[in-house]
Amino acid sequence: MSELRQDVRGQKKKYKYIGKAFTKVDGLSKATGQTKYADDLKLPRMLFCKLLRADVPHANIVSIDTSEVEAMDGVRAVLLGKELPNTFGILPVSQDEHAICPDRVRFVGDPVAAVAATSEEIAFEALKKFKVEYEELPAVYDPAKALKNDIPLLHEYGDDGNVHKRVSMEFGDVKKALDEEADEVLEDIVFYQGNTHLAMEQHATLANPEADGRLTIWSSTQTPHYLHKAMSKVLDMPPSRIRIIACPNGGGFGGKSDPFNHEIAVAKLALKTGRPCKITLTREEVFYCHRGRHPVLMRSRMGIKKDGSITGIHFESLLDGGAYGSYGVASTYYTGALQTVTYKVPTYRFDGVRAFTNKPPCGPKRGHGTVQPRFAIEIQMDKAAEKLGIDPAEFRLMNIQPEESVTANWLRIRTMGLRKCIEKVVEASGWKERHGQLPRGHGLGLACSSYITGAGLPIYWNSMPHSGVQLKLDRGGGVTAFCGATDIGQGSDTVLAACTAEILGVDIMDVRVCVSDTDLTPVDLGSYSSRVTLMMGNAAIQAAERARDMLAKAAGEKMEVPPVRLVFAENRVFDSEAPEERWMSFAQAVIYAEAKFGTIGTVGSYRPPRMPGRYRGAGVGPTPTYSYSAAVVELFADEDTGQIDVKKIWIAHDIGIAINKTLAIGQIEGGVYMGLGEALMEEMVYRDRRNGVHKIPSMLEYKSPTTMEMPEVETHLVEEPDPEGPFGAKEAGQGPLLPVMPGVANALHDALGVRVDQCPITPELVLKALESKDKRAGPSKHYPDLLITDTMRIKTPDEGGDGDADEPWRAKPKKKSKPEGSAK
Amino acid sequence: MMRLPTFAYRAPKSVAEVTKILKEEGPQATIVAGGTDLFPNMKRRQVEPKTVVSMVNLDALRGIEWRADGTLRIGPMETLRALERDERIKAELPALWQAVLSISTPILRNQGTIGGNLNLDTRCFYLNQNYEWRRTINHCLKCTGDTCWTAPGADKCWAVNSSDGVPAMIALGARFVLAGPDGTREVAAADLYNVTDGREWLTRRPDEIMTDILVPPQNGARSVYLKLRKRDSFDFPVLGVAARIAGNGEVEKADIILNAVGPAPIRCVESEQALIGYALKDETIDEAKALATRAAKPLDNTDLMPSYRKKMIRVFVGRALQALA
Repeated sequence: MSELRQDVRGQKKKYKYIGKAFTKVDGLSKATGQTKYADDLKLPRMLFCKLLRADVPHANIVSIDTSEVEAMDGVRAVLLGKELPNTFGILPVSQDEHAICPDRVRFVGDPVAAVAATSEEIAFEALKKFKVEYEELPAVYDPAKALKNDIPLLHEYGDDGNVHKRVSMEFGDVKKALDEEADEVLEDIVFYQGNTHLAMEQHATLANPEADGRLTIWSSTQTPHYLHKAMSKVLDMPPSRIRIIACPNGGGFGGKSDPFNHEIAVAKLALKTGRPCKITLTREEVFYCHRGRHPVLMRSRMGIKKDGSITGIHFESLLDGGAYGSYGVASTYYTGALQTVTYKVPTYRFDGVRAFTNKPPCGPKRGHGTVQPRFAIEIQMDKAAEKLGIDPAEFRLMNIQPEESVTANWLRIRTMGLRKCIEKVVEASGWKERHGQLPRGHGLGLACSSYITGAGLPIYWNSMPHSGVQLKLDRGGGVTAFCGATDIGQGSDTVLAACTAEILGVDIMDVRVCVSDTDLTPVDLGSYSSRVTLMMGNAAIQAAERARDMLAKAAGEKMEVPPVRLVFAENRVFDSEAPEERWMSFAQAVIYAEAKFGTIGTVGSYRPPRMPGRYRGAGVGPTPTYSYSAAVVELFADEDTGQIDVKKIWIAHDIGIAINKTLAIGQIEGGVYMGLGEALMEEMVYRDRRNGVHKIPSMLEYKSPTTMEMPEVETHLVEEPDPEGPFGAKEAGQGPLLPVMPGVANALHDALGVRVDQCPITPELVLKALESKDKRAGPSKHYPDLLITDTMRIKTPDEGGDGDADEPWRAKPKKKSKPEGSAK
Repeated sequence: MMRLPTFAYRAPKSVAEVTKILKEEGPQATIVAGGTDLFPNMKRRQVEPKTVVSMVNLDALRGIEWRADGTLRIGPMETLRALERDERIKAELPALWQAVLSISTPILRNQGTIGGNLNLDTRCFYLNQNYEWRRTINHCLKCTGDTCWTAPGADKCWAVNSSDGVPAMIALGARFVLAGPDGTREVAAADLYNVTDGREWLTRRPDEIMTDILVPPQNGARSVYLKLRKRDSFDFPVLGVAARIAGNGEVEKADIILNAVGPAPIRCVESEQALIGYALKDETIDEAKALATRAAKPLDNTDLMPSYRKKMIRVFVGRALQALA
């Protein structure tokens, strides 16, 4: 425990940086084009690589004739799948990918060969010269079909046939809650179409083989640590000989958090040729990497009572997984996890199935699996309010899950600012005076959401910290902060510098960050699940406090002041009782400390607290703390064209505290923008009868909003510091996206009296709803049978449970972790 | 990254030289104006001309001049931005001005030309894709393949005329001057697009270039252009309606032109005839807009479903006529 009890959590302090709107440390560099992204990197004698991709949706590879390719001028190496037999995959339970397919392709775009050449043009021409013979297999594109059929079988593993994962868990007696206790049961079938990240920067990787046999790889990745493990496994090289440097990402959003074929392929080509090898994917290839939002068909049954309370929810989801596992098992659990953290749900059942299909694999996209069910729940809440004759905002306020509580599915909630968020947007938008009262074609809709601030568990089981920060203090007064965290545009470099600078009382420009380099920086698991500010921030605070303690001891000794009286601010260390008389510069304090202790270096780390859920699958959903958001959407809907024009969005976000106000608002507005794209126009669609090709793999035809579609956004930060967060902060990178889509759906209902139980809400669907008898457009009222045979039962906290399942599903004791560096 | 194929680039200084090169090189050569459509198509290998002949040095192809008799002469190499900025075009030729304003984005309009837009290559979901994608579907009828994937039964290309300028020019009664190696000729705008197949979308011969756009005086006729697309910028039209009405009180002449619903622009002859002699009131507009729906048969090769686009013909023609009423 720090000797200096400057409590950084939950106290109203006068901060220099925290809570202010200060410039990002990489802002000028990015704005002036100085930042080096992966594609900007060049090395002497560099070769250009391209991947040959399958042009059939499902086939065995019979033969590949590379003779013409190898004979081409300028081609220096060719790579086939059999040269990389070890499989990889982000999750230990689904290591089902090969860097290059050795014997089977599973979607149009699956890599079958790679080439390295002296120019990009030659590499492109070389691709045309591969002669690949395929034995075509039947292809399946519909998860409902896939779950019933074993032909074709995409993978040998999984829960059964083409079912990658099947989950069924029940907390409390949901049947009783719906059949007996509820006055009314709403049943809604909702479809959420798949969409993709569309980061501005395409994936790019440069691999450089060093003379001593080591390999350095620069890549546009969000997860250098996981890439490091995969690279070691597939290349069959010790991790200590591989260095992964994650370049600043021009956007990631979850699209760059898997280890990828092209990254491993260029690494292998670099080893084969002895020359640096680089690849930059075309936009179309990024669509094939995908790992974006799963299309999910959902059925939600919610029991409500006349008094407005919810008796229970039975939620089912069918995920269209695409051809490989990726994060899919986690995604499946996520579609069933967070339904309980916003409103009181005393009993809860979740059935989820992910099926393989012959399309690019789905994975994590901003909100990861919680977005689709939130869309369904928020629409259902709106319908429930309507049935009960209660205002939708009031209905939600009546049911708010309390702070410092544990949900029916054993998720622990710390601070919970949703009430304030709802009240804020209700007030700001004139909700009470306008909802239900605007002229036809003009409407307001409300929706809420929640998101995790970092996944409570790492992707591979281990007991180590999730983030580590090392500090080096220079005699000249400069500080270097080392951390594995990757800046994907969310500003993690800035947060690292700010937390360090704040604790040490130095100017933020005196802090140099050294990040995302597996040789130089301590492990941070990566930029996903909104974990970085909280986990890296807490680690940075710990490292900085330890450094400050050492400096305080040395400086206090020198000035004859007890360390607890010393204040670190304005690059000085001074006695709080006599600031002008007893003080020294920060640099001077470092010098005294170094003389006293030796070279100064400190470390901080962070591991999330243990969570109360113990049942199998309880690992997905928990987090140190949840953020909350509420949004009101105001729109005009044209009943002749079905076009929706969103005029304004009010969004209130319970952020704990904002470390950097401008950055936080930027993230929130960015989330709103991305949510609007999903709500109105983004869809990953394939042509089943044309070889399963992606219909629109370009930035022109895959529609995301332009500035013309972006409405005015009024952001309200609800700040109540959370004890888990660094300086009290919670996440802002993902939560604010979620309420936008259901907000649009609910506003459309207010405007034209129709329900669209589907996302995106296209003009065609609006017209369809207007023309339909029940004023609804959406999936058919028939929900497929998920073929659940076994439902795990877990007692809720209210029932006196212990967090584990009942017999016979009680979790077995955990196995010992395998030593690092071993295969699989 | 996408790379251009190798090609020879020529930038001659006279119209005569351009048409001479085009005649000599034959189908291996193509002209380029602003390049905002040609070069992306070349990167995708939809076209691979051996020689690209730029008109950048042809001053004769520039200019926006109002002649004494009220005719507007526009040089095809004028940027869309230049037309957008012209106050008199905005006032007297609203259909043209609105069409130009709706094209692509402000930055692209600084580079793209009106001539380029009027000669815009037809578009289709199966065509405007990268080389590797098109190989997956075995290429298409317009580009090295045997089948039109939009309508596999027919031996015809259904790529869509996706220009905003085209229907506006036709509605305004514009004429184009085409110069070839052996002389010049003048055609009515509609005649340049008098085609049924997306492969041969212009009657302009490959060795001719457009040198003048002539828009006649409108004599008080009112015009408007409406564009259907998913977003308010960047997107090509998936339905374009240009309308012009002459006559106050009773309609003396009506021009209703649809575009982006077939390989060529379509004149709604039935709708136009239904309006002549009548005032533009709700009933006449309703009849005209209903008739317009029969004029076109959009297929599934653009954004937004064909059934929706067909429905919108009625809505947009109705709105266009209401705007001119």
